[in-house]
Amino acid sequence: MGDSQSISVAFVGSGGAGALTTGNFLLEAASLAGWHGLLTRTVGAQIRGGEAASLVRLARHPVECLPDRFDILIGIDWLNAQRFGAEIEVGPDSLVISDPKGGEPPPVVAAAGARVVEVPLKDMAKAIPEGRPNMIALGIAARLLGLDAAAVSTLIEKRLADKGATAVEASRKGIEAGYKVAEGIAFGRALGSPAASAARRWLVSGNEAAALGAIRGGIRFAAAYPITPATEVLEWLAPNLARMGGVLLQAEDELAAINMIIGASFGGTPSLTATSGPGLSLMIEALGLATAAEIPIVIVDVMRAGPSTGIPTKSEQGDLNIAVYGCHGDAPHLVVAPQSVGDCLFTTQWATYLAETLQAPAIVLSDQFVGQARSAIERPADVAFIGQRAKLTEMATEVATAYKRYATAGGTVSPMAIPGTRGGQYTADGLTHTERGTPTSGAGDHTKQLDKRRDKLAAFNYGDHWATIEGDGDLTVLTWGSLTGTAREAIARARADGIACTLFAPRLLAPVQPEKFAAALAGKTRVLVVEQSHGAQFYRYLRAHYDLPKDARVLSRPGPLPIRPSEIHDAITQWRP
Amino acid sequence: MATLDNRLACKPADFKSDVNPIWCPGCGDYHVLLSFTRAFAQLGLPPERIAVISGIGCSSRIPAYTNCYGFHGVHGRSLALAAGLKVTRPDLTVVVASGDGDGYSIGGNHFLHACRRNIDMTYVVMDNRIYGMTKGQPSPTTEPEFDTALSPGGTGVSPFHPLVIALASGANFVARCFSGEINETTTTLVEAIRHPGFSFVEILSPCVTFRPDEREWKSLVHPAPVAATSDPAKAARRIMTDDGFNIGILYRGNRKPYQPPVGPASVDICDLEKDFEL
Repeated sequence: MGDSQSISVAFVGSGGAGALTTGNFLLEAASLAGWHGLLTRTVGAQIRGGEAASLVRLARHPVECLPDRFDILIGIDWLNAQRFGAEIEVGPDSLVISDPKGGEPPPVVAAAGARVVEVPLKDMAKAIPEGRPNMIALGIAARLLGLDAAAVSTLIEKRLADKGATAVEASRKGIEAGYKVAEGIAFGRALGSPAASAARRWLVSGNEAAALGAIRGGIRFAAAYPITPATEVLEWLAPNLARMGGVLLQAEDELAAINMIIGASFGGTPSLTATSGPGLSLMIEALGLATAAEIPIVIVDVMRAGPSTGIPTKSEQGDLNIAVYGCHGDAPHLVVAPQSVGDCLFTTQWATYLAETLQAPAIVLSDQFVGQARSAIERPADVAFIGQRAKLTEMATEVATAYKRYATAGGTVSPMAIPGTRGGQYTADGLTHTERGTPTSGAGDHTKQLDKRRDKLAAFNYGDHWATIEGDGDLTVLTWGSLTGTAREAIARARADGIACTLFAPRLLAPVQPEKFAAALAGKTRVLVVEQSHGAQFYRYLRAHYDLPKDARVLSRPGPLPIRPSEIHDAITQWRP
Repeated sequence: MATLDNRLACKPADFKSDVNPIWCPGCGDYHVLLSFTRAFAQLGLPPERIAVISGIGCSSRIPAYTNCYGFHGVHGRSLALAAGLKVTRPDLTVVVASGDGDGYSIGGNHFLHACRRNIDMTYVVMDNRIYGMTKGQPSPTTEPEFDTALSPGGTGVSPFHPLVIALASGANFVARCFSGEINETTTTLVEAIRHPGFSFVEILSPCVTFRPDEREWKSLVHPAPVAATSDPAKAARRIMTDDGFNIGILYRGNRKPYQPPVGPASVDICDLEKDFEL
């Protein structure tokens, strides 16, 4: 498997067969037992009857990416499995559990020479009143991994309590039957005992983590228009914003959503919306408005494969260009990218802090992989990044006309008057304006305000959080977003081979940081750019703004096929200086 | 609601900014601005407690001409922006200014949902049945035979009926005004702002540059012959069958405005993490 430290299990089934639920239960049971884990999902667009798979990777150490291959593949049924066979790689050492009544395993299984063990999941389930094949699959996987049967049953009882006693009993019996049948299946690997740790641990998705990070950063208003794969951010915020005394408003479309958060932020409330590519496209005009009117807002863009409707349920890093360059005119704003499930919390909180501090829009470029992945992680540390907007304090009425909302002197960020503040009345405007906010078409004011909006972002010190830089090898793997964890794992393997590399992943994509970037690459002669886009958007963005060493290579391809750690590892080891 | 402070009550002039309007001489919108400042003074609100929100077009220039807080946003989205402001700042008085292009064409969808949502705000559409800022193209309220460069010989498309659409969508207060009748418009605006929920005031506001024929509106308008009703079906029937120049408050509803609670947190922020703890 190329990795003796982790075991990976894939559950496959047609939509509604329970593949996702089963994976979630396995992850939670293993996490409760003390292991680390990551679950990602791959589904078709249909709600029912399409293909669905949950991919669970468990280890004694934190897990941030998918494996190269799956050790165990369980087909609850194979009805539509061929549609994503390529996403679930198996090898000659893999164990495939197949129900003879569930159809044929996809051709990739035979091609890989994987060992297939037939288990009549459906028939076994039928023997149990209200029994379901996925619970038998769960029992098999839990047994093969060495999870304690009683602990798994306790968890299921808790999770299914609201489904009634019969359902709980059926599940318990199904799991038991799975354990029993798995006793006869040879599987030569075990996870080993989990490492003892006193750390508080969470089981959380990237989308949920982003939502909590937003609230921690001070967000108290969200506008919501549902879109896959971002909806969970909004669904988590709806009740929790209310608990925090805030509001979530469902918008009629994404045009309304972004304008609602601009209005709320104008009123002094830190505000956010979450969307994906098609929604971001609709929001771009108002993104320019927030930039010009200097209204802080946060947009979480959970990227999916594009263009157009693309593949709504699957990941890609193709929104970089629109996030950075989407606006007409020169409209500098913040673009940041979380690097793991847990980092969705920090990065969204940081984005809120930056937006509020700099009175500018911030886009958080998450993606389907990290947004919808669930992971057992150590509780992210509390950080002090809480939005603190420079506000105008009450002025005497007679000096009201002296207030310059968009003053360019005396610092780069000008205090913002919040409605209700006496003497601070001004009109926020998307028209080119004077320092007071009065519309103008003069060249002088235009340049002055363009300079102001650029300079306030450029002059700010973003600290060490701007990028992850690890190691000191000459060969630098330069990547971003959710691929950071994959690159980290590839680099660790290369180190085991005796090859030292540097991991360099900017968290801050805009504004660019020429000095810090040059310092990070000082003396390096080889750079491997790794990204998931068809047009190598990240590489071209870097080329536009930074000096890369002459010896630069690119590993880039579109979604939805994940880039595996072995691919990066191969690119490293095959690159002889 | 804002409490009045110890300053003397504001006069209409206190609500007027020192920015000179870009409107053409004779534009109906000057009168609307006058009615705005008079209505604000009558309401006894200090200017900093009022937010005037707009989109793009001649009418949407109005926020900067007041001495209130203002937002001149993008084309067609003023109602959405105002919704975000009002639900988070229910203490403010929110007035949205728009025109027939901004409000009924590019902003049409937001109009439906703002009526439906019934947030406590007042929506003023200055209807001149033409795109003025872009020099005379047909809007959703332009007559089908009206000849323009973009629609030689007329659009051939019937105008739509904003007041009926507002009723069907759930607006809580519907009125029609004529910009030239400043006293009546002022009174109507005061009532619209005081009325809870989403109040919709259409103001016929002539564009003397691209629709010189609208100078005639002065002689066409007349007070609505009957008092306002609280029955939307009755109001819709009346509006559908009137001559389009009935002036006055046509509908007063009593739907409860939408305002989710805002304020202090009911939990400690750390409690939110409990969802995730293993």
